[in-house]
Amino acid sequence: MKGKQRKSFLKGLPKSPTGIQGLDEITKGGLPKGRTTLVCGRAGCGKTMLGMQFLVRGAAEFDEPGVFMAFEETERELTQNVTLLGFDLDDLVKHKKIVLDYVRIERNEIEEAGEYDLEGIFVRLNSAIDSIHAKRVVVDTIESLFSGLSNESILRAEIRRLFRWLKDKGVTSIVTGESGDGTLTRHSLEEYVSDCVILLDHRIDWQMATRRLRIIKYRGSSHGTNEYPFLIDEKGVSVLPITSLGLKHVASTGRISSGITALDDMLEGKGYCRGSTVLISGTAGTGKTSVAAHFTDATCKRGERVLYFCFEESPTQILRNIRSIGINLEPWMKNGLLRINATRPTLYGLEMHLAIAHKVIEEFKPHVVVVDPIDSFAIGTSDLEVRSMLIRLVDFLKMKNITAFFTSLTSNGNLQEPTDVVIPSLIDTWILVRDIEISGERNRGIYVLKSRGMANSNQVREFILTSHGVELRKTYVGPGGVLTGSARLAQEAAETAQALIRKEEIEKKQRELERKRRALETQISDMEPPLNPKRLKLPSSFRSIRPESDR
Amino acid sequence: MKTKSTGKPIKGISDEAWVLRLYVAGETPKSAAAFSNLKKICEERLQGKYSIEVIDILKNPQLSRDDQIFALPTLVRKLPQPMRKIIGDLSNTERVLVGLNIASRDR
Repeated sequence: MKGKQRKSFLKGLPKSPTGIQGLDEITKGGLPKGRTTLVCGRAGCGKTMLGMQFLVRGAAEFDEPGVFMAFEETERELTQNVTLLGFDLDDLVKHKKIVLDYVRIERNEIEEAGEYDLEGIFVRLNSAIDSIHAKRVVVDTIESLFSGLSNESILRAEIRRLFRWLKDKGVTSIVTGESGDGTLTRHSLEEYVSDCVILLDHRIDWQMATRRLRIIKYRGSSHGTNEYPFLIDEKGVSVLPITSLGLKHVASTGRISSGITALDDMLEGKGYCRGSTVLISGTAGTGKTSVAAHFTDATCKRGERVLYFCFEESPTQILRNIRSIGINLEPWMKNGLLRINATRPTLYGLEMHLAIAHKVIEEFKPHVVVVDPIDSFAIGTSDLEVRSMLIRLVDFLKMKNITAFFTSLTSNGNLQEPTDVVIPSLIDTWILVRDIEISGERNRGIYVLKSRGMANSNQVREFILTSHGVELRKTYVGPGGVLTGSARLAQEAAETAQALIRKEEIEKKQRELERKRRALETQISDMEPPLNPKRLKLPSSFRSIRPESDR
Repeated sequence: MKTKSTGKPIKGISDEAWVLRLYVAGETPKSAAAFSNLKKICEERLQGKYSIEVIDILKNPQLSRDDQIFALPTLVRKLPQPMRKIIGDLSNTERVLVGLNIASRDR
């Protein structure tokens, strides 16, 4: 007992895990155990959902049965509403894990005559709690009382008593309240609840709605203080703590191939760094997606997973287009190594995109994430927001040691400018694909603008899309400038011709030399007979003279 | 526990039977006041054609759920239809009469 007490003292405030993804993270363990948490927000911001999930998770995962007291929806409506989110409330009710209690207050049915109290609610809650030994209680939304009953002073006193009572009862509870103008709740419930207050918000920026959650106060505990986006989807509520947690990621020294041998050659022959951020930028139609496709293909070939976010094309369109350059990604999709996540950029707000990206990444656990293109985020939002979002995305990927591959569209005539949205300093390897327009044709040049931690090539290569993928050629760099395409071909032909002429000239010269040598030899051989020793005989007169002289 | 208090029925007005239920939580001053106030009003206005059932929800909490009781004391007019609810200790006789829809019937 004593040891246990000390332990809980060291741990700080005992907490009740909500089982809601992300919320336990930012509250560092859950809601304060045995206390009341106020969840406030405007209509339709997800208060009921949050409360319901707290109960369902508690009942299903933490063996903490719960009571849901609803003032706005009937038991039937509640059950139906949450069935859509994958909770089988009927089953939990049947197994005595959850009690639903709908309190109906109709102003026109009620006449107030004299002093009263809300003991009825207390009795109902109490019997419900005792019937299943509930540890959790959700009261949604107690402020409905104010619209049903007119004696505010009684209501206030009773609500205060209710909060006190819940605490004394030792249940962990959530009380929801509707936000008013300038106040957290319309009837200032926050005055009575002092342990934990969570504000939900459903805001619309540029016609795009984003749900956000913020912990306003959490007595006796530290907590994340930012506004965190949250989702309500087929799996219920999930909060996404996506603020940068610091630069603590471990830099990987491993390398992974880009899928294009010549591009690997430009990067020390090994390719990108694992866990780094690669950006390929260029004007429209320069083949950024093709480079991404090569990388995707190469990664899948190694048996690693790729998550491909696209914002401009549907998955089938991407597959078809990529097939035209000889890469078939379909088998990878079928065997689960590749997932293409296609969404319209305008479907959600920026935060929501990030949040969803987080969620999918957590689920799929990819080795490589491709975002094609990142500029889609910039629609209708300010640069600052896009940047802050990208920083967080890159950060998140780095922490997970996931290699990120972004494509980015550059405005025309803005070649030296990096891209419209990306902060260059965020990028580890930056590849630029640019158009080179010479003599009526447009060719692509690729070069590595920077690549951290490696000795990258400084060459501009010509970049050709063929039916069997991307090919890189050495561009002609001469006194006339950079030559590509047919100009390069012409130059190459000219060079070949020149070489041929030279060769011929050399051969001709060689032949001439040979001929000269032969002529000389002939001349020499012509001169040979007189030198023949046999023929070189002394005239007979000398011969006759000599013996005589010897004599 | 239910305590029944039925007045003597007046002959010939059996269709105008008043079935009233008073929900209380234990024997509090408020519930006692409510009962005596109700009794007084009934005796004055509905003599002989009413029945009052006092329900202590502490003893039977399920009834508070079934009849949608949240405030106490609550007087429910079961009959005649439609059902009506009056909350409070019934000290404001005028409001009780309005709530029970008695005042208008007299005129």
